[in-house]
Amino acid sequence: MAVKKLGSQTVKFQNPPSIRSTYTIVGPKEGEGPLKQYFDLILEEDKWGQESYEKSEAKIQEEAIKGAISNGKLTNKDIDYILSGDLLNQIISSTYTARQFSIPYYGLYGACSTMTESLSLGAMLIDGGFAEHIVCATSSHFSSAERQFRFPLEYGSQRNFAAQWTVTGAGATILSSQGSGPYITYATTGKIVDMGIKDPSNMGGAMAPAAVDTLLTHFKDTGYSPSDYDYIFSGDLGKVGKAIVIDLMLNEGYDLSNKYTDCGVEIFDNDNQDTHAGGSGCGCAAAVFNGYIYKEIKKGNFGRILLMATGALHSTIINQQGESIPGIAHAVTIDLNKG
Amino acid sequence: MEYIRVFIVGGLICVVGQVILDNTKLTPAHILVSFLTAGVILGGIGIYEPVVKYGGAGATVPIVGFGYALAKGAIEGAKTNGIIGAFTGGLQATAGGVAAAILFGYIMALIFNPKTKN
Repeated sequence: MAVKKLGSQTVKFQNPPSIRSTYTIVGPKEGEGPLKQYFDLILEEDKWGQESYEKSEAKIQEEAIKGAISNGKLTNKDIDYILSGDLLNQIISSTYTARQFSIPYYGLYGACSTMTESLSLGAMLIDGGFAEHIVCATSSHFSSAERQFRFPLEYGSQRNFAAQWTVTGAGATILSSQGSGPYITYATTGKIVDMGIKDPSNMGGAMAPAAVDTLLTHFKDTGYSPSDYDYIFSGDLGKVGKAIVIDLMLNEGYDLSNKYTDCGVEIFDNDNQDTHAGGSGCGCAAAVFNGYIYKEIKKGNFGRILLMATGALHSTIINQQGESIPGIAHAVTIDLNKG
Repeated sequence: MEYIRVFIVGGLICVVGQVILDNTKLTPAHILVSFLTAGVILGGIGIYEPVVKYGGAGATVPIVGFGYALAKGAIEGAKTNGIIGAFTGGLQATAGGVAAAILFGYIMALIFNPKTKN
């Protein structure tokens, strides 16, 4: 019997896993943004001495994982699993990172929802008694993502105004079965929601209905309402998607306007950094959660938050064949107390 | 005065491209191909000729001018060499531009590496 299952899509952890430590690395542009004080390492140059942007992204993820393990005062031998993913074909950044560690590895693809996908699965593995310590990590890189999803940099194309800016960065979280918190108390797994949006330069609009679906299900399954949370963060809907979520939730009778924001809106100063609709990419939710949100929870400024990373699960090939963009959103409740 | 005419004609062609880019879902590649095809059609029916006479390089340097040169070359080829000339004339007329684009593109690719946008 699924004793820990709650409602239709949520899990309530009996022994909530503790977030032991985190580490974040971001690129120069993110390092000039409003959250710069929260990142562990800001790169001066986004190739980081590597031959290509793909190799640089793998190095960024590797160093983020090493940083989180070391911040948690653990060694590689203590880690039972790495759960990681990224945006590139065959999730190469994660695989080539995992090649550097002798740690069992599950590669995940949830596009930009990967941070909460890995946290949800990691928390389930720990609460199930299958692991003591787990690394959850994701990364993205502006230049490797541009090449794969949009146009090669050499092409010098102009960016659409609804387009978002892929964050260069990575975040890693260590989950442990024991510890003093903050804890992951609930996880709501998203369903695929596809409202038929086909424009790959409007991912925020494509993913927002999935975010709303997961939010509504989360409230229904857990009995929580927005007032039970100090803040609710979506992953990378950007300016366009954030406005859609606020509107759609208001139609459903939830006023989120003063306690909801989006990591993609927070990571850049849109007025001065010319990012159009804001940040996106796996690294966006990863850097904002493992940097800003985690550190603010540790300081006691947030008691309970909901982190809901959102993903656009299309590929350029299927999109060029005329298919629409399937969206997904996974939510985890992170609480200073065990709930 | 000639420079001003060239500047205005070239600028107007680019404005059309920018307006399409900002207001439709067409990608830069779509616009490039449409402009080229438009140049061939406008050149073929004789509308672009006066624009080139008035605007000079402002009309020939943008991709529309390349389409115009293709059409003009094909027509002239057909006049001198018949049906075969219609096939060879367009490429003959544009061969210089194509070879220069390949050569300079190759040199630039050797000298420079792409960097992340700011």
